[in-house]
Amino acid sequence: MMTRLNASQAGAIGLFLVMALVVPLFPSDYIFDAILTPFLAISLAALGLNLLAGYAGQVSLGSAAYMAVGAFTAYNFLLRIPGLPLLAALFLAGLVTAAFGVLFGLPSLRLKGFYLAISTLAAQFFVQWALTNFAWFSGGDTSGVITTPPLFIGPIAIDTSVKRYLLSLFIVALLTLIAARLVAGRTGRELIAIRDNELAARVLGVKILRTKLFACAVSSFYIGVAGALWAFLYLQTVEPAGFDLDRSFEILFVIIIGGLASIRGAFLGAAFIVVLPLLLSRAGAAVFGATFDSGLVDIVEKIILGVLIIGFLRAEPAGLSALIARIPFGRFFAFATTKTTGNFS
Amino acid sequence: MDWGFFAGVAIAGLLAGVMYSLVAIGFVLIYKTSGVLNFAQGAMVLFAALTFVSLNEEGLPFWIAFAVTLAAMVVLGILIEALVLRPLVNQPPITLFMATLGLSYVIEGAAQLFWGTQVHSLDLGIADVPLPLNSILISQFDLFCAGVAGVIVAALTVLFRYTRTGLAFRAAAEDQYAALNTGLRLPRIWATVWAVAGFVSLVAGLLWGARTGVQFSLSLVVLKSLPVLVLGGFDSIAGAIVGGLVIGLTETLAEVYIGPFVGGGIDQWIAYVIALVFLLVRPTGLFGQRSVERV
Repeated sequence: MMTRLNASQAGAIGLFLVMALVVPLFPSDYIFDAILTPFLAISLAALGLNLLAGYAGQVSLGSAAYMAVGAFTAYNFLLRIPGLPLLAALFLAGLVTAAFGVLFGLPSLRLKGFYLAISTLAAQFFVQWALTNFAWFSGGDTSGVITTPPLFIGPIAIDTSVKRYLLSLFIVALLTLIAARLVAGRTGRELIAIRDNELAARVLGVKILRTKLFACAVSSFYIGVAGALWAFLYLQTVEPAGFDLDRSFEILFVIIIGGLASIRGAFLGAAFIVVLPLLLSRAGAAVFGATFDSGLVDIVEKIILGVLIIGFLRAEPAGLSALIARIPFGRFFAFATTKTTGNFS
Repeated sequence: MDWGFFAGVAIAGLLAGVMYSLVAIGFVLIYKTSGVLNFAQGAMVLFAALTFVSLNEEGLPFWIAFAVTLAAMVVLGILIEALVLRPLVNQPPITLFMATLGLSYVIEGAAQLFWGTQVHSLDLGIADVPLPLNSILISQFDLFCAGVAGVIVAALTVLFRYTRTGLAFRAAAEDQYAALNTGLRLPRIWATVWAVAGFVSLVAGLLWGARTGVQFSLSLVVLKSLPVLVLGGFDSIAGAIVGGLVIGLTETLAEVYIGPFVGGGIDQWIAYVIALVFLLVRPTGLFGQRSVERV
């Protein structure tokens, strides 16, 4: 497994180093709190979904439910096991979400396409209901919104915007590199083989059952950790309301816009999704003055997103990722992509 | 056990199921002829209801507002065919499904952009007086909805069985290449079907709107209809009705008899669990024809 890194993986590491060493010098908390930290969490969730939807061809509409499972698992572990290290809690959150993902992934052994997509809605609605209805998950707190406890890595308190950003970055970078190694290797090829022609994959000796469930598990692990990052490091509250169906759609849109079956696609799409509403509200304020209706921004954002989804599916199924690869500088950013488009068979 | 109460709950559930069926029929129409699972059906319901109620509030009489809205739905159908479906022809079903997801965002946004986001009340002039029937109360309005659903199903059955247009619909559903070969214009057929689905959305939107108020949540009826489709089969109008009745019945009974033990609200997901179990056991649904894309 420990072969030499290829050029694109090295490029990714370089980019992460810049984000770790140079970006924190930026003198504004806003850019960390409102842009970079949510961007990292959304990227990780989209990366997880892309492993399943882009590579294995199984579209899920339940990502937000998995994020919620991750967030609430991390919360409960921290609450119920005093002294449990934060990183261990995050890891356990990923593991529990992975188990959950395998359970709800069982239908994928018999179903494909939108039948599977519909069955993932069951997870979405069930999880949101369970988390809202049983106070046990919230540690007996019935207010619906739980403030996260103070976070520590060893003796260091994670109490500033930059520290929260750096912790997110560390986790996301680590998981991204693992994912890049995973999809560049045998597993990635097996997933694509199943996506493109399951029968042929089976003939070639790919173990369908094991590979599919493995994809579910890894994907859910990533989405669960992303949910924990989202709740603990971005919102700093844990609540079921933020993990609704719209969030699931958002994660799916990230990978359609960014590029299916592409690791950097998850990042490009996430950047787009996070920045778009900010740009729109700035533009709205510039055009209509400060008094304009912010509800309008939401509506316009919806329309733009919808048009982009249709546009990308029509014209460029490989998303922003493929667009960037075509510009002259593209090779520089072209880290960790496989040369497959995100077509579904 | 109080059987009178049970019967009352059951009838209320069945009638609620009819409302789901109304939306599900729109799905079936489109799926039957073009193989697209149209997630934007709920957005179309919202769009239709919002357009109608806004025109009505502007002072247009009922039937003129109805006709104008219907015309708008036909135009919408033609636009969707030209801008979304035709360019994506021959793509896998899941790609088309995701495109209709995007479409639902566009239609919802457009409806709210044109007509605003406030809640409108809609009065169809049907008194909602509960009719007593042996100590069971039955909502008159629900009975009216059931009647409308019956008329729509009958009309669609006649359309599909006994008209040339219906024959063309069925040919397109059966085999697209063969239909093309006999000179049928698939794009025109698709546009027609989307227009008919627009009409069904308008009717569903009016009935749902009269019940819940015309507001954004109307587009969420799509989520109530998906389990109905799974249960009844994606390509069967009869299935949409039976599926709706089954889902409405179980949902209401479960909420009344099981709900109190787990804190209520299980109607949010029970339909999906039923659908999920059904998918695993009988993926074509109760009345489905086409084989499901299975592993």
